Amino acid sequence: MLLYALRRLIYLVPVAFGVSLLVFGLVHLAPGDPISAIVPPDAPKEVIDKLKEYYGFDKPLPVQYFRWLAVTLTGDFGTSIGTGRSVASEVSSAFGNTIILAIAATTLAFTLAVILGTAAAYAKSRIVDRLVTLISLVGVSVPHFWLAIVLVIIFAVELGALPPMGMGPENSTGWRFDRAHLAHMVLPTIALSVIPLGVVTRTVRSTIKEILSMEFVTALQAKGMSDSQILRHVLKNAAPTCLAVMGLQAGNLIGGSILIETVFAWPGTGFLLNSAIFRRDLPILQGTTLVLAGFFMLLNLTVDVIQTMVDPRIKRG
Amino acid sequence: MAIQTPSLELGAPLVQATAAAAGRGYWKSVARRLRRDPVTVICAAVLLLLVASALAAPWLGLADPYKTSMLRRLYPLGSPNHLLGTDELGRDMLSRLIYGGRLSLFMGVTPVVCALLIGGLLGITAGFVGGRTNMAIMRVMDVFYAFPSVLLAISLSGAMGAGTENTLLSLTLVFIPPICRVSESVTTQVRGFDFVDAARASGAGALTIVRVHVLGNVLGPILVYATSLISVAIILAAGLSFLGLGVKPPEPEWGLMLNTLRQAIYVNPVLAALPGVMIFITSICFNMMSDGLRAAMDVKA
Repeated sequence: MLLYALRRLIYLVPVAFGVSLLVFGLVHLAPGDPISAIVPPDAPKEVIDKLKEYYGFDKPLPVQYFRWLAVTLTGDFGTSIGTGRSVASEVSSAFGNTIILAIAATTLAFTLAVILGTAAAYAKSRIVDRLVTLISLVGVSVPHFWLAIVLVIIFAVELGALPPMGMGPENSTGWRFDRAHLAHMVLPTIALSVIPLGVVTRTVRSTIKEILSMEFVTALQAKGMSDSQILRHVLKNAAPTCLAVMGLQAGNLIGGSILIETVFAWPGTGFLLNSAIFRRDLPILQGTTLVLAGFFMLLNLTVDVIQTMVDPRIKRG
Repeated sequence: MAIQTPSLELGAPLVQATAAAAGRGYWKSVARRLRRDPVTVICAAVLLLLVASALAAPWLGLADPYKTSMLRRLYPLGSPNHLLGTDELGRDMLSRLIYGGRLSLFMGVTPVVCALLIGGLLGITAGFVGGRTNMAIMRVMDVFYAFPSVLLAISLSGAMGAGTENTLLSLTLVFIPPICRVSESVTTQVRGFDFVDAARASGAGALTIVRVHVLGNVLGPILVYATSLISVAIILAAGLSFLGLGVKPPEPEWGLMLNTLRQAIYVNPVLAALPGVMIFITSICFNMMSDGLRAAMDVKA
């Protein structure tokens, strides 16, 4: 097991190398010179050349890449052009806020998905099954940023029951576990959970249906085991697949929360990325993308290893 | 393949070997099954209507979608001359929603079609040639898989700057890896079937085998997958425009309209939500079509 995890980790190295190349390339995809984003357009040529030399942009690209990589590997992502703070500290505080929302949304989505999916798989009546299928279909088809706006319209504008944006009261300095902060979380959590809810419900339903048609279930029934005990066996067999799908969804949710964070002005990585794009703050864009991709890779690896641990039947070369 | 990512763990074979052998009869039976599926027929009809109205928009006698009027801002639904009201600049909403379909549908379908061609070609090549070629292609795809798809789309568009072409480019890049993976795994499976060996033994060249046997079997699963990807693409493209990274104003586009109408949620909330309804209808229809196609083509999920 440990060997397997280690092998997977080693395999990540070339992928991570590719990722770093891509993230480095982001800056050079940008129209114009990377320097032109910092200096005013009428800056004298000597100043631009000095700055280029300072940032190393006068060197050939491969040299620039390895210098950037070497510095980045020490945890130094550079300085934000917009705020002058270090990219690492900007990204890490935003990342914490994103994680809080992601954990809430993942928990909500997974709980509901397991209940709905199991109910649909067990349902004797077609109506329940159809209804759950429809819910999961809506979950994957609804534009979640639109749903976010609709939620704001209903619960904040019309009913005035919940705050429309922000992470907490105006004088709040950081997230805390109290009533005011939780109230701010309700709408973004719901909006963020619809996609994973749709995907996971679908997986749970089809996985459990498949297991229920297996012979061992019939054998357990024939032995006279009660339905609730059989359900335990079924859920245990369905867990690896469902957990794997949920893991992937959780990763997508963290990387893809930009639209929801923008609608609710939630100060997470997505919000940071969005403002960085419009300030043309390339170091922040680079740093955020790199951190999120790195986290996504590690999360996928963890899910894979956990899946192998939970399900001893999976043997991997 | 020694190491696989979880999404690649395909237990059951994706294709039925009989499908290709049946030849034309297979596609006929698919069409027959599709016609008998009311949900798919309805979704196809709705989508056809959306596409047709978007294409025919200039001849439908609609109001000018660009004509602003400071006097007629944010008219509610059902106003005379403005059936669906007017937006924050007094432009006719019905007209803008129908014209908006042009860009929104175009930006959802085009990246998937481009990715289908490029990713399909790469995947079939990787699966059919195997060996080092497969390694090279699939490891590059792994790099793209290390990014959540929304993040990849936004970072690429964000770096390249706003604009329709950049959005199309970044969305195409996002969709190439998944299509490549599906076509690679199906091709690898097909290559192992006996009928491919038989064809090779009877002197068929590589191109003939790919054309007749591989494409015949790969097309079904890929089409099903691509149809559901269009739904994702439409939401993503609208999302990019919503962020200000896609289509630029004053073009009518559903995502961009959602963004500009956000300021109106206190005045006319129903109006502000309308463009999202169009995105929702389109995307759910494509998803249901994909499910219908999957059932009709007998493709395993």
